[in-house]
Amino acid sequence: MTEIVHPYKRRGFDFSRWAITPALCVTALFFVVPLIIMLSVSFWQRIGGKLQATWTWANYDKFFSKSYLLEALFNSVEVALATTVISVLLAYPLAYIITYRVPRHWQRFALILAILPFWTSYVVRSYSWLLVLSENGFINSALLAIGIIDQPISLGYNRGATVLGFAHFFTMLLTLTIYANLIQINPSYRRAAADLGASGVQTFLRITLPLSIPGIAVGAFLAFVITIGDYITPQILGGNTEVLIPQAIMLQIGRAANFPMASVMSVMLMLVVTVTYLVFARYLKMDRL
Amino acid sequence: MKTTWWGQIPSSLYVLILFVFIYLPVVVLVLFSFQDGLTPVPPFKGPSLQWYERLLDNRRLMESLLNSVVVACASAFIATTLGFLAAYTLARRAPRFADFARFLLMAPLTVSYLIIAIGLLITFNLLGVSKSLIVVTIGHIVINMPLCFAIIFSQMGDHQRNIERAAQDLGASDIKTLLLITVPILRPALFASFCIAATLSWDEFIIAFLLSRFDVTLPVIIFEMLRAGLTPEVNAAGTVVFAISITTVLFAILMSTRRR
Repeated sequence: MTEIVHPYKRRGFDFSRWAITPALCVTALFFVVPLIIMLSVSFWQRIGGKLQATWTWANYDKFFSKSYLLEALFNSVEVALATTVISVLLAYPLAYIITYRVPRHWQRFALILAILPFWTSYVVRSYSWLLVLSENGFINSALLAIGIIDQPISLGYNRGATVLGFAHFFTMLLTLTIYANLIQINPSYRRAAADLGASGVQTFLRITLPLSIPGIAVGAFLAFVITIGDYITPQILGGNTEVLIPQAIMLQIGRAANFPMASVMSVMLMLVVTVTYLVFARYLKMDRL
Repeated sequence: MKTTWWGQIPSSLYVLILFVFIYLPVVVLVLFSFQDGLTPVPPFKGPSLQWYERLLDNRRLMESLLNSVVVACASAFIATTLGFLAAYTLARRAPRFADFARFLLMAPLTVSYLIIAIGLLITFNLLGVSKSLIVVTIGHIVINMPLCFAIIFSQMGDHQRNIERAAQDLGASDIKTLLLITVPILRPALFASFCIAATLSWDEFIIAFLLSRFDVTLPVIIFEMLRAGLTPEVNAAGTVVFAISITTVLFAILMSTRRR
């Protein structure tokens, strides 16, 4: 765009040009610099409880040789993948139904209704699932009352509970992103397919589904990235049989105050997220959101 | 495509099941906050407001609630202001480094809150800055500014530019134009940005947990309360948090759609 020179423009301090500076400074100072420091500290050593600025791969060696640290990363990837897949499978039909079965002027209302619990706080949401899943909780009480079971079954405090808690949150998020995508698809494509004799299933598989991949991708990416970095949900719902990478990082920070190892694991977490981003990159047009 | 009424049954059933799934934890949370008993599990006795009274008597919790409100408002205000100023430069001047600036401003969105928190924790630790609510506020500014920027930037168009030009033709200074023309035009976007940032800060746990020490925010207190196991007091606290968040968000949606 060509800049039109304004005839009456006063000289001196050009405000509109410098307005961006504070935001850039804050981002540089409190985001970029801390990440660089974290990366450096991951190469430091802790000698006698004191941090020594060194340049060694020892921490990374330790990370890859201690099976329980590496395992935490694998556990996290598994949980994040399971969450993403389940959330997509649950959310897609809901978004589809809202787009094609709900009258247009009710769609906004249906959507707001579907994502309202999104705004319960993270801590409280996981706690609520505990109320539902615990041994004397809602589901067990209901099943006992109907007589399907005669002993309370253990539903909380395991990986399934963690995935369920996550899937609950991301089903809402994905409903939103997939709906936003479906509603943009030109209806004439679907009509054309029907005119040419395609069945409902064929139209879905050949037209609607391929065109809605971007909406799935954006939501799936967010679900994966947020899940893999979340501490609170596995901490509250997951029990103590396994740890995920955020919990392992918190253990290093809390009990041991081992900043170098916490940094190593944070760097590994960032690497996984970066790889995921590259996988999804061709579908992610973030600026469209 | 026409669907008969019996053809609607499977999709209606699906919507019903999914809504049960989505609302079950919320309903259980809110319902058992009115429990007249010691545990928030069936059978439901009550209703009783005793646990809400307990909340009001819990001084540490009330203090943390106030802290949360202050941190949320301060961080949302600063994030919205800085995001707006950045959007102003990028929309009005289109500087040569625009692509890079946009990339830098949006970058925090792609990194987990946990990693941002760890980075700030290590940095402030090395600098000898002790943990406090001010540090938490800084963390919340970092995570919310990209969103504020994006919301406001998306609402800045060239049509507003002509009005700004007119003001300048009439002799208004840059800052006067900004305050008297640009801010009022963008009020819905600024308001939505503030509300969303405040809600996210209000709910945020990991940064608040890692970067605060003596004065803490509400989610941190609720997390501490969980160690005592399931109690209706947590339900009551959770219900209050939920109610405040929902009110803020609905308010933001309402205000920003009404003016379009």
